[in-house]
Parts: sequence; C-alpha cells; structure tokens
Amino acid sequence: MPGLGTSFGRGGATVWVPDLANADCILIEGSNFAEAHPVAFRFVMQAKERGATIVHVDPRFTRTSAVADLYAPIRSGTDIAFLGGLINHVLATGSYFKEYVAAYTNAANVVGEAFADTEDLDGLFSGYDPQTRTYDTATWAFERDRDGAIVKDATLQHPRCVLNLLRRHYARYTPEMVERVTGVPPETLLKIAGLLVRNSGRERTTAFAYAVGWTQHTAGVQFIRTASILQLLLGNIGRPGGGIMALRGHANIQGATDIATLYDLLPGYLPMPSARRNEATLAEYLAANTKPTGWWVNTPKYMISLLKAYYGEHAIAANEYCYEYLPQLTGDHSMLPTTFAMKDGIVKGYFVIGQNPGASGQNAELVKAAMERLDWVVNIDSYDNETVSFWRREGADPSTIATEVFFLPAATVLEKEGTMTQTSRLLQWHDKAVEPAGESKSDAWYFNQLATRLKELYADSTDPKDRPILHMTWNYEHDDPHERAKGEPSVLKVLREINGFHTATGEQVAGFTDLKDDGSTACGGWIYSGVCPDGSTNRARGRDASGDYTALNWGFAWPANRRTLYNRASADPDGKPWSERKKYVWWDESKAEWTGVDVPDFPKTKAPNTPAKPGAGGMDAHSGADPFIMMLDGRGALYVAAGLKDAPMPAHYEPLQSVVQNELYGQQSNPALGEFNRPDNPYAKPVDDAYPHVLTTYRITEMSGIMTRYIPWLAELQPAAFCELDPELAVAKGIKSGDWVTISTPVGEMEARALVSGRMRPLRVTSNGVRKRIHQIGIPYNYGTMVALAKGDSVGNLIPIALDPNVSIHESKTLTCAIRFGRRVPR
Amino acid sequence: MKTSIDLTSMIPRDSVELRERVGMLPNVASDRTKQLKGRIAGAKAVTSLCGYCAVGCSTLAYVSDDGKLLDVEGNPESPINGGHLCPKGSALFGLTVNSARWTTVKYRAPYSNRYEERPLAWALERIAQLVKKTRDETFVRETDGKRVNHTLGIASLGGATFGVEENYLLGKLMHSLGVVAIDNQARI
Repeated sequence: MPGLGTSFGRGGATVWVPDLANADCILIEGSNFAEAHPVAFRFVMQAKERGATIVHVDPRFTRTSAVADLYAPIRSGTDIAFLGGLINHVLATGSYFKEYVAAYTNAANVVGEAFADTEDLDGLFSGYDPQTRTYDTATWAFERDRDGAIVKDATLQHPRCVLNLLRRHYARYTPEMVERVTGVPPETLLKIAGLLVRNSGRERTTAFAYAVGWTQHTAGVQFIRTASILQLLLGNIGRPGGGIMALRGHANIQGATDIATLYDLLPGYLPMPSARRNEATLAEYLAANTKPTGWWVNTPKYMISLLKAYYGEHAIAANEYCYEYLPQLTGDHSMLPTTFAMKDGIVKGYFVIGQNPGASGQNAELVKAAMERLDWVVNIDSYDNETVSFWRREGADPSTIATEVFFLPAATVLEKEGTMTQTSRLLQWHDKAVEPAGESKSDAWYFNQLATRLKELYADSTDPKDRPILHMTWNYEHDDPHERAKGEPSVLKVLREINGFHTATGEQVAGFTDLKDDGSTACGGWIYSGVCPDGSTNRARGRDASGDYTALNWGFAWPANRRTLYNRASADPDGKPWSERKKYVWWDESKAEWTGVDVPDFPKTKAPNTPAKPGAGGMDAHSGADPFIMMLDGRGALYVAAGLKDAPMPAHYEPLQSVVQNELYGQQSNPALGEFNRPDNPYAKPVDDAYPHVLTTYRITEMSGIMTRYIPWLAELQPAAFCELDPELAVAKGIKSGDWVTISTPVGEMEARALVSGRMRPLRVTSNGVRKRIHQIGIPYNYGTMVALAKGDSVGNLIPIALDPNVSIHESKTLTCAIRFGRRVPR
Repeated sequence: MKTSIDLTSMIPRDSVELRERVGMLPNVASDRTKQLKGRIAGAKAVTSLCGYCAVGCSTLAYVSDDGKLLDVEGNPESPINGGHLCPKGSALFGLTVNSARWTTVKYRAPYSNRYEERPLAWALERIAQLVKKTRDETFVRETDGKRVNHTLGIASLGGATFGVEENYLLGKLMHSLGVVAIDNQARI
C-alpha cells in the first residue's frame, strides 16, 4: 500500500473502524461499503444518526448510495480527475486547514529547478525514458542548501514550493474539466467540495473510505495518493472521525501484507533483497535501506533480529547473520508476471493455498492454460475449485496434460487457532472450536510437515545452497499433548517468535524498542512486537472491550497497540487539542507526557516544543511537532519526491482500455504502467469501436468466491452470475432482465443473465472535444464455471493483465467491452 | 426486544377458554414444546473469528459435548461487530459443516482424467520430493555475475485467507528454499 505509505509513513488504514462514528462527514468512493463490508458500515450509520453527512461517489447506485445524503455517479476509473477537482477547489478558494498544512505537511518544501510538471510536458513528468517506459526520479527531488538540508519557504510564496506546485498542477482540474472527464456535473462537484470544507478544520473532521474500487487500476496507487493529499490539505489525518479507511478484502489480507507472503517484502515492511539494487551483502542492504532520519533509522535492528529469528545460532556477525541465505530478486515476481513465466515453462511447481486464480484471476483462461505447463501443483483448500481442477475445465483434454495434481484438505478457521489481522491493523486471536473434518489439517500443519520433511531430505547435504533449510530454526512443538500427538505445531510459539525475544535468555522482548542490531535479540516481525510481551501474555487474545471506544484491551493493533495512526496530529503544534470537540491525544504538561484515549503514535515524553536538531540523525531530526514519525522529515507528503515510480503528484490518465481520449493531457494512459503485449493477452485499443462500453466489476454481499459458492444458504440468495446494464442500453440491444447475454473483450467471452436496472445510468462525457454518451456495465466478480452450487462464467475471463507500476496490481475495475443478446459459444 | 403492546391485556381476565384458544399466550405451548431447548442452550461457546472479509467480526462457535459444531453467531462483546454478522458471516456454519467439502487427499496422476484418493503421508512425502527435485534442478547461485541464490522454478500463491503465524511459517520456509515468486491476494 505505497499510496498511504509514501504519504504518511505506513501502508495501513489510518482509522480504527469504530471511530468512523465520530466523523462529521464521510466520503465513500471506490467502495460499496454497505454491501462489501456491511458490519463495519454500522459505524457509518451511527455517524449519520449523529448528524454526519454521507457522500457516495461510484459508477453504480448501490445500497451505500441509497443511504447516502448525496450520491454522484462517476465514470469508472476517473477518480483522480474528480479528487483533483476537489483539490483545485480547496487550493483556489484557500479553504484548506492552514495551520495543519503549515505545521504537519511538506507544503513549504522547495522542489529542485530541474523538475518539470505534466503542465510543461503534456502529461509527463521530467525524467521519463520512453525506451524503458520508466522514470528516473532524480529531478523530482527537493532543493538542498549547502548543509544538505531541504530548502523551505515558510511563507509559501516560492513558486517551486510544494503548495504552489500543487496549485499549478491541479489548476486545470476545473469543475467544467472534471465534468468532461468524469461525467460529474460542476454543481455536484462544488456541493461535495463545500461539504468536505465545512466538515473539516478545528471543530469538525471528515473521513474517507475506499476499497479495491480505487486500487485495481493501472494508476491505483495514485488514486490513494490523491485522496491522501486532499485529506492532508483538509487536516483530517491522525484525528478522531478523520483519516483514510482502507477497507481490505480477505480476513487476513492485512496480516499477509505485514508478515508478508509478498515477493518484494520481508515481515515488517523490510524490502526483500534485490540483485537489481546493490544489496549483495548485509552491509550494502542496510546502507540502502536505513534512513538517516525518522523511525527507519532502526532498520538494522529489525533486519538483524529477523535473521536471528530465521537462522538462530547460525546467524552471527561474522557471517552477516546468514544474510546471504536470503534469495535475491531479479525482477517482478508477483503473481501475474509469474503466470506468464509459468506459461513460458520457467515455473515447474506451484503452491496455491486458499486462493482460486483459475476463477478469480485476471485472464483466468491464461492462468489455467499456464498451469498445464507445470510439473506439479499443490492446492490446499477446503473445496474443489477451478484452479486445482484446471485439467478438466471446459475445452481441456486431460490426456495431453502431464501435470501432477495434489489436493490437500484444509481446516477452516473454526477448526484451528491463531491470529488474523483485520483492516484497522488489529490482531485478533481465534480459539479452536472443533476438530478438523476428516483428514483436513491446518495450513500450519502442512507447512510444518513440509519443512520437517525437507530438512530430513537434505539432512546429509554439504552443498552450501542447502544450508538455509538445514539452519532454519523450526521449533514449534505444541505444549498440549493432545495437539502434539497429532503433529499440530504451536502457532502461539510462532506468534511469540514474531514478537521477538532475547537470544541469551529466551525471554520475550516487551516491544520493538527493545530490539538490537548486535544479534542479542531475535524478532520475526518487528511491527507486531509487543503482542506477546512476556512469558504469559497474548494481547491478540485480549477480549476486554470495556472503557473508551478505542477498546485498547480488545486485541492488539500494530504498532504498539495504537488505534488511530499519526494521532499526534490530533493536537495542535503546541500539543493542545485542536478543539474540545475533537480531543483525542494531547500533551499533559503536568505529567510531561502525551496522553489521551489512544496510545500516542509519538515518543511518549517528547515535548511539543522540542526543537529538531540540525544535522541530527533518527528521531532527533524531527521536532516535537512533527507527527509523521516514519517519514524522513516527520511530515505528511503532499508531494512525494522519492518512492513512487509514476508521479510525485497524481495526474489523471485514462485506463489502458478506455472509451475516451484523455481530455487533460496528450498522454493517454499511465506512461509507466505494466503491459504484456502477447497474443495470449490482447488489449482493446483506446476508443475502440468494437468495444464501445465501459466494463466495471464488483462483489456482492452474499458471495466471496469458492468459500461461499458451496453454501446452500448463500447459493440460494445469489445463485448465478449476472450482468447489470442500464435500461437505455438494454433497449438498444433488445435485452430484457433475465435474458442470457454475452459480454466480450479481446481476451474472451462470458455469458450471464441480464439485470436491467436504473442503478446503472448513462453518463455524458467528452472525448477529443466531442460530447459523448457512454454506458457502463457491471459484473460481479464472484463466480466460476465448473463447480459448486452457485455458478457462472468468471468475469476474470474478460480481463487482460495490465499492471500498476508501483505494486503490480491489475486493472480489473475499468476496461471496455461489447455486449450482445444470447449465449456464448462453448469453448 | 419487547413489543410495546401487551396483547394479553386485551383479553378479558376471566375468559380462560379464550385465553387458551387465542394463540397469543405462553400456555398454548404443548408440554413437548415446553421441554424443548434451543440448540445452543448449555453448549460450550468458543470465541473465534469470521474468515470472510477483513472487518474482523468476532464470532461465538457453539459446540456440543461430543465436539460437534452446532451454530456460529456474532459475539456481542466485540467492539467491532457487537454481535452482528453479515449474510456470509451468518453462514459460517455451512462453510465448515458441508457435505460438498473435500476432506481427503485427492491426487490426479499425469494424463489421468480423474482424481484418486491417496494416503496423506504418501502425498506429503511425494510433494517434499518433488519440491527438492525441482529446487535442485532450478536453483541459481548467480545471475549476471550477481549472487541470487534463488529458484524461479517454484511459485507460491496464498496468504490472505489463513493466519498470521501460518504466513510467517510459509514465508520462512519459502525464503529458505530460495523461492522468490511468493504472492497473495493483497496484490490481487
């Protein structure tokens, strides 16, 4: 989540879910909050009952729209233009929160003379190389004085200070331009702008909520960046009823990012070593990834403690704590590029655990065709699914497929214990309710089996390449004899390793401030440190919800049990609450410490008037009024000088496959996006007459995927795939509700039942200077063709693989398609 | 929640017959009904979590004395869900107790057109050997003169549907094997 990470310092939602009830206004965009996260939506409704205004911006009228005070239909994929219009309004009218912006953001920083904006280069920033389609971001840097300090202009008059660059950059995002791009009329934009401004400032706060409607785009990270800029300008980050709520999908999707099963991350957001950077030795790695100022000065403590957790007594200073045991990256090894590597015969063996890319993957037919090239695939799941049974899908001939396929039955959440991290970074432990059905086992059981069997298979090896397996610590024997007898590893012991311990005594560390860079501590995931702070406590299992609504004894929120991130910003620079009404964390003069209803996200005894020490490193480089402790300069980033691959300030680009030309710039789509121009992954051209409609995808309340499609109660409610279209388009195509229709893109076709509804409505936008009426079609992304009670073609079959340059997320929320009456031809 | 109108008060006090017939009073319950209890009465309640979305609703799983799952309900203690569950969460029982669920090992041999049942231990040993074989055949020490110590021959997908500790174990194992193509739903 580098959109939030580069703006504020951490890649996680800034908001504690129940705190939404304290908002005075909530802008929901890129999310159908009421249907996709229904139970958290009760806090939105509580806010509404208390008088808050709810705004929903979405291509489709949903149950979220139905209870919103204001709903604005928007052309899918144009949110940067819409939010850019709001930024322009806030800057042009001077209605931003001036004290907050001056004290807590990088508004005053002066950008170097070599920087050129999209205004100068018709949609490109300086440093673009059309050959490699990448940016050299050197010219985006801030100007430095002779001592190396960033040049600032506190008067905000310098033409190259960040605030004025923003002004210039967004000046063309006028209400009229926003309407041409997004289809949102000027009066609606101005009404929303007025609501946000009126509900921000000292006395009031506005919260934003988004989900994958903002992320699954070729400029997805920049969507989040635009929202981050707006919330910083309005002064809503770190304050009660404010912030940005990132609504995540799967139950442990936050945990799987934090304690990462992602190719480019080690646990705790430490980067995975890469041969494309100079990180061959630990010394080089630490030099590259230790920041001189701010909290990341601690990188060596976290990295060395992780290596100690992985390799135990074998990790010593003389061998750089076994750093060379870690593999090095040589490219983008994320799932979708890996799918092509599979198709090209590079990948031979594949573990698929609790996911179903054969139905929910992009270009889902390609995924399954690629699997035919595998020697073996291991699937751990509770149900038959389109992925494991790829060899018997429609159109496949099993007698030509050599792949060896293993299905291992998985225990469900009720059949095992352990921790999941929810969308507000809250770790919650679940107890085991029942024994796993049949031969089913927990995922931990399988990983334990694999690890111990591989250790045995390699036991006699003297090959240096096998040392990581032999030296990897693996001592998770369960304390309960009943579980031990079944070979169940102790996940509590794993959580205690993640928390960290002193290597000499084996005692738990109390938190990440105890960690050392000399091998005397081990820690499997520094951001979670504090969850098991002593020999007997498991704070993830905390179940006391009494006291303030922050419920500090219910579960454990990383880091250090802080519920609202950057909450130092809930007080003014002097440490006093911005207002009595929005009191949250403040400086207690008598006790000389920060206090409030939350754990302060700030050094507890660092007084607000503490000056920054010029030239100092680490946290001393920040003053007592710099609330964003993870950032180099302690400030929220209106402008990102380094860390993003496509823009320091977001610019609107059309989706790769769009029904219009970019009205804002000559540059049509994100110049740095990831494209795979191959015969097995074709794209529609921009403004392609063969694919004249916008296609967007969404999820429905009653379905997730394979985890719901077998459940009779849910299959009865949502039995089959459907396709939602507006009445005008339906009439033009001779389609009635309930008819079979076929939707096609250059990648493939799918069929579904038509649902003709006024929830989809045509929009008037402009392309190449000409007004144009466009239709948007919505398809739920929940179904698969082969198995289960609830069935239907997967919309994944229609989506070619195209990627955001920063995180390699795909563009599933906006593409183009054609629609016709009737069923598709069999494959 | 109590209804605001007391229906029994609308019936004359002395009309015993009417009171019994009208079907609004507790005494219409048969003796058998009176003996019956809710399925979860007295059952052990185990605190668990919903495994669908990332809101993190706390659940109570009701378990019989002989270890059978009886029902799953929202945990009223939770500051997040306060006892509520959405349609998916309310169907958690059906995710665990379901005749369509696969609870044994399935194996599909090369070129075969069917799954066959195989012992768990056999499958695990076979998988471990295949991992070793593929790793040994595809392990690369250097690329373009730079140490890489990795294999591009094995990929792993998954993480968002299982626990934190399980993610940690999977990451530790894959990193130590030299696997770099590791990904999960967070990106997808």
